[in-house]
Amino acid sequence: MYSIVERRMIVPNMHEFIVRAPVVAESVKPGNFIMLRPDPTGERIPLSVADWDREAGTVTSIFMQVGGTTAKLARLKPGDTIPTYVGPLGKETVIDKFGTVLCVGGCYGIGSIYPIARALKEAGNRVVVLLEARSSFLLYWEDKLARVANDLFVITRDGTKGRKGHIDKIPELMGAAGIVPDRVIVNGCTFQMMRVSEVTKPLGWKTIVNMNPIMIDGTGMCGVCRLSVGGKTKFACVDGPDFDGHEIDWAEFLARRKGYSPEEVDPLRHSSCRSRF
Amino acid sequence: MAEEKPEKKKLDLQRRPMPKQNHWERVKNFDEVALGYPVAAAVEEASRCIKCKKPLCNQGCPVGIDIPGFIKCIVEGDFGSGIRKIKKTNALPAICGRVCPQEEQCEKTCILGNKQAPVAIGRLERFLADWEAAEGKIEVPDMAPKTGKKVAVIGAGPAGITVANDLIILGHEVTIFEALHECGGVLIYGIPEFRLPKAIVNREVNYVRSLGVKIYTDFVVGKTRTVNRLLEEFDAVFVGSGAGLPWFMEIPGENLNGVYSANEYLTRVNLMKGFRFPEYDTPVKRPSRVAVVGGGNVAMDSARTAVRLGADEVHLVYRRSKAELPARVEEVENAEEEGVIFDLLNLPVRLIGDENGWIKEIECLRMELGAPDESGRRKPVPIQGSNYRVSFDAIVMAIGNGPNPLIQMTTPGLDINKKGGLATDPATGRTSRPNIWAGGDIVRGAATVISAMGDGRIAAASIHRYLMNREGEAPVT
Ligand SMILES: Cc1cc2nc3c(=O)[nH]c(=O)nc-3n(C[C@H](O)[C@H](O)[C@H](O)COP(=O)(O)OP(=O)(O)OC[C@H]3O[C@@H](n4cnc5c(N)ncnc54)[C@H](O)[C@@H]3O)c2cc1C
Ligand SMILES: Cc1cc2nc3c(=O)[nH]c(=O)nc-3n(C[C@H](O)[C@H](O)[C@H](O)COP(=O)(O)OP(=O)(O)OC[C@H]3O[C@@H](n4cnc5c(N)ncnc54)[C@H](O)[C@@H]3O)c2cc1C
Ligand code: SF4
Ligand code: SF4
Ligand code: FES
Repeated sequence: MYSIVERRMIVPNMHEFIVRAPVVAESVKPGNFIMLRPDPTGERIPLSVADWDREAGTVTSIFMQVGGTTAKLARLKPGDTIPTYVGPLGKETVIDKFGTVLCVGGCYGIGSIYPIARALKEAGNRVVVLLEARSSFLLYWEDKLARVANDLFVITRDGTKGRKGHIDKIPELMGAAGIVPDRVIVNGCTFQMMRVSEVTKPLGWKTIVNMNPIMIDGTGMCGVCRLSVGGKTKFACVDGPDFDGHEIDWAEFLARRKGYSPEEVDPLRHSSCRSRF
Repeated sequence: MAEEKPEKKKLDLQRRPMPKQNHWERVKNFDEVALGYPVAAAVEEASRCIKCKKPLCNQGCPVGIDIPGFIKCIVEGDFGSGIRKIKKTNALPAICGRVCPQEEQCEKTCILGNKQAPVAIGRLERFLADWEAAEGKIEVPDMAPKTGKKVAVIGAGPAGITVANDLIILGHEVTIFEALHECGGVLIYGIPEFRLPKAIVNREVNYVRSLGVKIYTDFVVGKTRTVNRLLEEFDAVFVGSGAGLPWFMEIPGENLNGVYSANEYLTRVNLMKGFRFPEYDTPVKRPSRVAVVGGGNVAMDSARTAVRLGADEVHLVYRRSKAELPARVEEVENAEEEGVIFDLLNLPVRLIGDENGWIKEIECLRMELGAPDESGRRKPVPIQGSNYRVSFDAIVMAIGNGPNPLIQMTTPGLDINKKGGLATDPATGRTSRPNIWAGGDIVRGAATVISAMGDGRIAAASIHRYLMNREGEAPVT
């Protein structure tokens, strides 16, 4: 059993989630993920790591409530326990001295890009952070990110903060600031990772994306997380989750993520009926 | 229920049939199909054994169970002594009695086999194990005094459980590290409930736990901690991490939605209890036309699972003929009874999807049998131009599994064998590193429960010798 240290909604629908798991905290690295089960009848789902405290033995994730499992998580209180919390899984993000690195975060990826940006900074890079959200009230952790970034940019769809528009404004935004990144790293929703890969490809900016397919075991045993990268089938949980965004078959990936959409509606209804509020 | 001394009598050639759930009922549930011998049938079946002076059955059992010995106990009605005899060399009789390929092992060499029907050794083994569980008093073996040595076991499959069982009895401190949230390996995530009830697997796991074995689930060695890190705390490591890497055919269309590895399909149903969705959250598809590609136990299990999930038609697509099906004969019969359609001598060459990325059709080539290949089986050769297409809503790829590379990728100095698994000395189970042993599917590639246990037994003995001599020169065991 793993006890919940903190579970708090930080912006609408987005939760900061801190769990006591000393062995995971001991060796976790930027870009890793964990798998958890919210209760004994629950599904196993992956969440990226967004921070950790090795001394206290805790690991932090940011999750968005989207379906049945995340709805169960959203009801947890400090002191509650969950039966499964395993990790750190997946290959860590490659950290090196690249020069200038553009770290793009959106959705839950604003959280998971944070330790990546921090490590890149420690490795001596110029770290440019770009956050994207629908509106300013959906942004979080700007202060934390500002502390590890040389430059921090924001794009909101409604223009309530930073540049107004979509993520495909990246080249324009970087051009205006005179920044040519040696590498782009994107954490966030699938659509965002795909769009960034599309706009950086013609510019020749190497782009690493942290893929988020459906997973069950997270150890390479079931193959549900497979995707095509450079024409080869890879298992995201063991070969990734980081891949070169320019090599991914995005159409196939988007279709595979919807593989269980009809069924996912049912437990959502089921779980919200059972809830007591 | 004690029987009288059996008097000399004619050979009884009639094997007592195994009571089974009717096939029209069992296709609607996940309950065990084979119900087990009642006492009378067990005693009758045991009485068929002619107590050979030089029994051949023993030689067919990879863990060398005293088969005539336990059978005699059944005849005499002394079931307690019978199960004790088995447990001397086999820690998991309720499981082996159910899933061992007996027709290839102990029953193959039984002398009565020459006269058609060998003694049903596996069923009798199961009978004793179930009897003991029903009695509720599981005996704890004599435990050696504590040695103070610590052993880490990676993986709670049959290989790991056997090593843990043997070493704790010898007085060592044993800790199992298991990646999943439940123990049992393939027994818990792969083999379905209707063939091996999970309560039995849990019972056996709890038994080794009761002997004092510590078990950490949710611990992926190589990720959570490396083998080298474990060796800072433990005197020896046994790797029993199995062959959990699903193979695909590498034909076009395999990443379409609706194409599953058997591991995914079976894990959703068995480990995650998808068949009880939405009581359990993990969804599993219930398509109406399912094709399972393959011909082994994994394929039979997948096909029979699809039947139970309510498919209208389940086809098994296999490239050789019926005689070459690697699955157990009993399971092929069960699948046929349950309505699985065998599309033999067919090779899938392409999977075709619809505009939304879902599987729609499979394209196959018809095959014919040519000359025998190196395995002695007649080699299937494609009939040119025989391509045809059939529509399906789901395809389950059950063409095999390879060793999971995680341990070797994260542990320097481990030699790899031809199958891509860990290379070991077959006499000891030792790897190329002196304090690391391995056994089961991580060494052999996908094999059997009993061979994994046999490997575990050999490795445990070698680890014990190593630990007890450690003070002096590290012996070459
Ligand atoms: C490596 C990785 C890291 C991730 N990190 C985060 C994170 O840090 N924060 C976060 O909020 N989300 C993260 N996700 C996505 C998260 O796992 C899904 O949102 C979650 O599984 C949804 O579960 P649900 O039952 O609440 O929703 P569902 O109703 O089950 O599904 C909602 C959506 O999530 C997808 N999904 C469903 N089950 C899974 C599954 N087992 N694995 C992956 N996707 C699934 C579905 O395709 C669907 O689009 C990550 C996914 C991966 C693979
Ligand atoms: C569907 C199916 C049906 C089968 N039917 C039969 C049958 O009828 N009869 C028969 O004899 N055999 C059958 N087999 C084969 C048999 O189950 C295997 O040969 C046997 O289970 C191998 O045992 P093992 O202990 O080596 O590995 P496994 O049973 O695979 O167990 C390995 C364990 O190690 C864990 N693990 C892996 N990596 C790590 C890690 N890095 N850290 C921690 N833990 C890890 C896994 O989660 C797993 O629990 C079947 C196999 C399948 C898939
Ligand atoms: S363990 Fe398997 S091979 Fe050995 S006697 Fe039992 S059923 Fe036969
Ligand atoms: S070979 Fe067959 S008949 Fe002979 S002792 Fe063994 S089980 Fe009995
Ligand atoms: S999640 Fe099962 S193989 Fe990746």
